[in-house]
Amino acid sequence: MIDWPLLSTVVWLPIIGGALVLISGDKSPNVSRWLALLVSVLTFAVSIPLYTQFDSSTAAMQFVEKAAWVPQFGVNYYLGVDGISMPLIILTTFITILVVIAGWEVIQFKPSQYMAAFLMMEGVMVGVFAALDAVLFYVFWEAMLIPMFIVIGIWGGPRRVYATIKFFLYTFLGSVFMLIALIYMYFQSGSMDVLAFHDLKLNHTEQVLIFLAFLLAFAVKVPMWPVHTWLPDAHVEAPTGGSVILAAIMLKIGGYGFLRFSMPIAPDASHTLDWLVIGMSLVAVVYIGFVALVQSDMKKLVAYSSIAHMGFVTLGFFIVFMIMANPAATSGAELGVQGGMVQMVSHGFISAAMFLSIGVLYDRLHSREISSYGGVVNTMPWFAAFMVFFSMANAGLPGTSGFVGEFMVILAAFRADFWYAFLAATTLIVGAAYTLWMVKRVIFGEIASDAVAQLKDINAREAFVLTVLALAVLILGLWPAPLIDVMDVSIHNLVQHIGVSKL
Amino acid sequence: MMESILLTIVLAPLVGAAIAGLLRNQIGKAGAHWATILGVGTSCVLSMYILYLHAFAGAEVYNQSVYTWMVSDGLRFEVGFLIDRLTAMMMAVVTFVSLMVHIYTIGYMHDEDGYQRFFSYIALFTFSMLMLVMSNNFLQLFFGWEAVGLVSYLLIGFYFKKDTAVFANMKAFLVNRVGDFGFVLGIAAVAMYFNTLDYAEAFAAAPAFADTTINIWGDEQWSLMTVVCILLFIGAMGKSAQVPLHVWLPDSMEGPTPISALIHAATMVTAGIFMVARMSPLYEMSETALTFVLVIGATTAFFMGLIGIIQNDIKRVVAYSTLSQLGYMVAALGVSAYAAGLFHLMTHAFFKALLFLAAGSVIMGMHHDQDIRNMGGIRKYMPITHWTALLGSLALIGFPGFSGFFSKDAIIEAVHYSTIDGAGYAYVLLVAGVFLTALYSFRMYFLVFHGKGPRDEHAKDHLHESPWVVTLPLILLAIPSVFIGYFTVGDMVFGDYFNGILTVAPEHNTLGQIEFTSAWGFVMHAVHGVPLYLALGGLFAAWYVYTRKPGIASELRTRLDWAHFALDQKYGFDHFNQAVFAGGSRLLGKFFWNVGDKVIIDGIAVNGSAHTVGWLASVVRFIQTGYLYHYAFAVILGLLGLLTWFVVR
Repeated sequence: MIDWPLLSTVVWLPIIGGALVLISGDKSPNVSRWLALLVSVLTFAVSIPLYTQFDSSTAAMQFVEKAAWVPQFGVNYYLGVDGISMPLIILTTFITILVVIAGWEVIQFKPSQYMAAFLMMEGVMVGVFAALDAVLFYVFWEAMLIPMFIVIGIWGGPRRVYATIKFFLYTFLGSVFMLIALIYMYFQSGSMDVLAFHDLKLNHTEQVLIFLAFLLAFAVKVPMWPVHTWLPDAHVEAPTGGSVILAAIMLKIGGYGFLRFSMPIAPDASHTLDWLVIGMSLVAVVYIGFVALVQSDMKKLVAYSSIAHMGFVTLGFFIVFMIMANPAATSGAELGVQGGMVQMVSHGFISAAMFLSIGVLYDRLHSREISSYGGVVNTMPWFAAFMVFFSMANAGLPGTSGFVGEFMVILAAFRADFWYAFLAATTLIVGAAYTLWMVKRVIFGEIASDAVAQLKDINAREAFVLTVLALAVLILGLWPAPLIDVMDVSIHNLVQHIGVSKL
Repeated sequence: MMESILLTIVLAPLVGAAIAGLLRNQIGKAGAHWATILGVGTSCVLSMYILYLHAFAGAEVYNQSVYTWMVSDGLRFEVGFLIDRLTAMMMAVVTFVSLMVHIYTIGYMHDEDGYQRFFSYIALFTFSMLMLVMSNNFLQLFFGWEAVGLVSYLLIGFYFKKDTAVFANMKAFLVNRVGDFGFVLGIAAVAMYFNTLDYAEAFAAAPAFADTTINIWGDEQWSLMTVVCILLFIGAMGKSAQVPLHVWLPDSMEGPTPISALIHAATMVTAGIFMVARMSPLYEMSETALTFVLVIGATTAFFMGLIGIIQNDIKRVVAYSTLSQLGYMVAALGVSAYAAGLFHLMTHAFFKALLFLAAGSVIMGMHHDQDIRNMGGIRKYMPITHWTALLGSLALIGFPGFSGFFSKDAIIEAVHYSTIDGAGYAYVLLVAGVFLTALYSFRMYFLVFHGKGPRDEHAKDHLHESPWVVTLPLILLAIPSVFIGYFTVGDMVFGDYFNGILTVAPEHNTLGQIEFTSAWGFVMHAVHGVPLYLALGGLFAAWYVYTRKPGIASELRTRLDWAHFALDQKYGFDHFNQAVFAGGSRLLGKFFWNVGDKVIIDGIAVNGSAHTVGWLASVVRFIQTGYLYHYAFAVILGLLGLLTWFVVR
């Protein structure tokens, strides 16, 4: 373990950097842009040792920092990562750079504040993944809403007020219940240590109530059917960067919450109620897939596709119990959880790429309607190549990261129940249908309008962002082992832990 | 050493594709075709070397991992190669046909936009197909399987301005995905029960599960092997275009002709046949699955051939012929005559690629008019195309001595000896199919190459033989189309070429019951069988109807109007899919969205609660009047109430 407080640096560097960007003001927008880029690249650079110096042979928390914060209540400033949170932190620092670059000259209105909001959001989100103290976690969790609220509210579309309020109320409603659960456990255990909660003895009723409280909080974040309707509205109104962060990182916090809180704290309730989460996940995969098919707004379509893809995450997590109970399946419980994790990282890349691609079109034509386009390949061949590639990744083509998680979860689901795998695998057809139908209408065909005829292909900045994401999607698709290896022991440990009843 | 050779075989086309695709503006047209031809040529030469090692030099089976994709919960996901005589044969066929198509494309695509893009795609296809056939595990198989599907998608939609092309490519991808849906579940079953994705390990583990049953629906117990085999075969039905998942293949003709030859005739569509043959140790354990395979194959062979008779687009005739021939291969698998199926796969790859390329040559001559009714007499203008097309057609109909004769007769004989359920049905259809094959093939041949000459006088002036880059591949493909059957049937079908690779249970050994002394003896033997006379009959009928008495065809058409209607509508599959699956999905999506999301969740639950809060607030607002005396009054009332409660209690 190194002495330098690495995690704190990754949390506070972007927050302080964001404050500096804010102070730099809009007098010379280029200064704040370059400053923002510098901060985001530095943060990413600082987060790299989390991977390179990570010890993947232990499930214990690493890079731990612990200091008394409010000693009267046993509240600590307590940070640490394991194989589950570390990849998500690096995903956050990675995506933020791209968001800064993607907003470069696109955002002309108060650019310094825009950049500052994203940098601060980055620090706070890293804080959510790294916090091991319940109060600290909760503070970061709620703090995360503020910059996103501002981003949508200021740089958003015409219905941004409705969208922000819906977004805020939904997530806030969920988190209030989570707070109650956290306070209850504080009274039971006398500390706010999340890891202590893992070992806290709870009877079945307590577990069920705590589980439901967490479920509400995390299901809204993921979002799971039926508490998903805020997401399409938020995406449609959010500026491109907001959508990217929302889809690539914020949704993952819900999935992360299940692994860090719900399942280890309330394993028996998770087991008893796994049918509920599995049911909601499968509805997300199938029902939402069909809903995505009929969208006429590209961003809504991708938003719905995100919900369907996140369904694989929660499905992968909660089939664990059935696989362990199935005598015909000798192993495979970890396969599901790992598949869900890979799906989260992969979806981070692909959804970011999809929203950035739509952003490229939106910046030119100021329309998200599929019907405004058609034949884009004629005027933007390089862009079309990227869009087709990312769409194929979205449809889960092997060789791209989109395949890895879905494949693992389907293999695991088969071990739980044939019909789970059957329903999950329908995404092969439906997912391809909604994605490729959009591609057909937007990219291919004759040039549909004068506006499309005037389109200019992507510039170097856009090409850079999309290339970086394309490489990430390809590398993870062709060689997922490095990602699996760092999370392997932590997930093994988690599955062991939840396999033991607390009763 | 071996590993670097194999990696070169796979990666050379990929490098070519990358150069042609990413540097297309820098290297120009010639650069693109040289880069890809060098890549594919390298792979072709090395594949021939591999084939030599395995077929003649007695090389050991090579089964090694290249790298570990990942390990999760003890389940290993590898990328690796399995090279045996089956793989070596496939590699040689794929790279040879691909090389021919590459050379041909220089002539065919000469004046087209997207020349470099086209070369990049076909080289990428070669890479994908090689990954598929060289795989030693289910993961990489699925990678290759979907990657060839992707390239097929890109190439069918090559003319992306054409609405029909971009519809056809989406349709092809989605129908294939229906197959892959079954395929991936099959792989999941393999992974669960055998706990491995490696072929050799899975085949070793399988016998222990011969009697395992699983419960899928209600109380009924299904044999695990039957479920696994049928699920995997659903994947093959998509890729190899078997009824009812055949609907994408005729539409795939929207793509340029060279890829119809390479992808939609010679290689990709045979991936399903290759896969089932590779999985023969599994299929031999389920007679139910074999019957399923046999019935689907025979049905496709006959009914798709029937449609071929009434097609007027030169490429579609060949496409339906391909569907029908794929049906023959699948039927061979169903009767455990895997060797015969693979043998037909090989001979078909040559003569069908030849026929497609010849059709492309004719299309070039006709300035992209593809209607055979407008053609005629072309043999005078395009002699090389004509002669090679004639040889290809004779091979296709199974004219004695030609390569197709050996492969098709072996299949029909094997079905004849089979005793599994459905064999009788299949035998009748396959034998009748021989007549159909000869009829549609020579209908096309006579209409295109014989008769008076193109309907359009203007077209006649421009008709001339294609350049050497086009005719050379035709000649090079015609040679194996004629001869390869005679020289290899003894070893491949009746000999020991596939020993240790294909598993055939003793009670399914249909090929073993066929008397075979020599290739020449096999030809002589055919004189005593029905199929030969049916083929000759079909040829004669085509000659008589289409060169002597053209009235018969239109007469028949009016008499059998209902049959013509059914064939013209392709039995209604497209309409049904369009209405039920495409339309139904959209309706369902609209219903879920409008009713589920908008009315129930957002309307009632979300906005409803918001309105309830609003309503409550408006009620509560009534008592917040702002008058001090109202509040004082309320306080006194409350106090009174509390006091009363205390006192009374």
